[in-house]
Amino acid sequence: MTEQKIRVLIAKPGLDGHDRGAKVIARALRDAGMEVIYTGLRQTPQMIAEAALQEDVDVVGLSILSGAHNALVPAVIDLLRHNGQENVLVFVGGIIPESDIPALKEAGACAVYGPGTTTTEVVETIRREVLGNPVG
Amino acid sequence: MTELAKAVLAGQRLALARLLTQVENDTPQGREALNALFPHTGRAHLVGITGAPGTGKSTLVSQLVRAYRQPQDGSLPSRMGVVAVDPTSPFTGGALLGDRVRMRDLSGDPGVFIRSMATRGALGGLAQRTAAVVQVLDAAGFDVIFIETVGAGQSEVDIARLALTTLVIAAPGAGDDIQASKAGILEIADILVVNKADQPGVDSAVRALQAMLGQATAASGKHLLHAPQEDAKEETTSGWEIPVLRTTATSGEGVHELVTAIRQHQDYLKESGNWEQRDQTRLQSELQSLLQSTLLARWRETVCDAHSQQTLDLLAMRKISPLQAVERLLENNQL
Repeated sequence: MTEQKIRVLIAKPGLDGHDRGAKVIARALRDAGMEVIYTGLRQTPQMIAEAALQEDVDVVGLSILSGAHNALVPAVIDLLRHNGQENVLVFVGGIIPESDIPALKEAGACAVYGPGTTTTEVVETIRREVLGNPVG
Repeated sequence: MTELAKAVLAGQRLALARLLTQVENDTPQGREALNALFPHTGRAHLVGITGAPGTGKSTLVSQLVRAYRQPQDGSLPSRMGVVAVDPTSPFTGGALLGDRVRMRDLSGDPGVFIRSMATRGALGGLAQRTAAVVQVLDAAGFDVIFIETVGAGQSEVDIARLALTTLVIAAPGAGDDIQASKAGILEIADILVVNKADQPGVDSAVRALQAMLGQATAASGKHLLHAPQEDAKEETTSGWEIPVLRTTATSGEGVHELVTAIRQHQDYLKESGNWEQRDQTRLQSELQSLLQSTLLARWRETVCDAHSQQTLDLLAMRKISPLQAVERLLENNQL
C-alpha cells in the first residue's frame, strides 16, 4: 500500500496574468513531496471548483494579485462547499491588504499569505492542517 | 456493493473522484469497490496517447475530447474520461501535474471528467494504479477514455498493454530517420500523428514515419506487443494499415480526421475480433503485474530483517552472487 499523498490544486482566479508566485509555490510544494495540480491562468471560480472536485484535492491554493480577492475567494469556497467538498482547505496568496484578511478567514480561508512569506512556512502549515483534518 | 461503488454507478462525480483517490492509494475500501465494479467494465474504448515531451499530447487530447463532444456527423456526443499521467520526482516523491493547463477549454462540461495522476515511482510511462483508475472510469460509464502517458522516450511502452487503441504523437524536427528506425515506442502505434503540422519539417517527419512503417509491415506483418504470450492467439494486422496523420492541436486542424481514424480503428477491432483479443491480453498483463506486486509484498512479510541484512552483507563482501542471494532469501519460504 502506498502512503497517502497530499494533493494540492494551485489556481489563479481572475484576470491578472502574474503567475510567478503561483509557480514558485507549486514548485515548493512539489519539492516538499506533495502532488500539485497546476491549472494555469485566468480561471473562473467554477473552473477551479470543478478541477478541485475531479482531482479530489486536500488543499486549494489561490493566487490573486488583482485586488479582486474579496469577490473571488468566497465564490470559490461557496462552490467547493456546494459540491460537497466541505473539508478542502483553501489557502490564499498574493497582494491582500491586512484589513481584508479577517473577512477572508470568516468566509472560510484557512490562511492568507502576503509578500515575504517563506515557502517553508506554507509547506509546514499545509502539512499540519491536512494531517490534522483528514479529508474523508 | 459498497456505498461508494453504488454512488459511482449512479453517476455521482464527487463519489467518483473520492473512489479514484482510494484506488490510487490502494486502500482496502478502494479494493473492495474495484471488485464490485469490475463486472461493469469492458465497455469503454480505451485510447492511449503517448509521445516525447513537448509534442503537444495534452493540447491534442483537449481538442480530441472537444471533437468527441461535438460530433460533426450528428451522432450523440460520447461521455469522455481523461487520465493524464505526469512523473513523480524520484528525490522528493512530489509531482507537478500540469496537463490540465492545456485542457481548460473542457471545463464546465458535465460529460467530461479529467483526472491527473503522478507515476509514483513506476517507470513504464504510467502509474502502477493507472489500470485500476481506468477501470473505475470505465465502470462509471464513460464511453471513451483517453490515457495520456508521461512524456515518453523510446521504451515507455506500458500504454500499449493498457489501451485498445494507441496513438503515438511525434513533432517535426525530432531527429532523423535513424530515430524512427529504433525499436520501441513507434512500434506500438495503431495511429501515428505528426502534431505541430504548421511547423517546418513536417513533410520529412511524415516521410520518415511512413518509410519506417513500410519496412516494419513487410518484415513482420503483425503487432508484436499485443500478442506477447505464447499461448495467446496471434493478432494479425492485415486488416489495419497504420495511418500517419497530421494535426495542429493549437488550431484544431486535422483533429476531426484523427477522431475518424480512432473510430475506424475501434470498428476494425470489433469486426476483426481483435477487441476481445486485446482485452484478454491487457487483462493478462494486468494480472501478471498484480501477481508480481502481491507476491513481493507477501514475501516481504515472511522474511526477517536480520536475514535480509545478513544476505546483503554477504553480497557486498562478494561471498555470494546476486543470484545466490535470491536463492538464499527464498529458501524455506512458503508463499
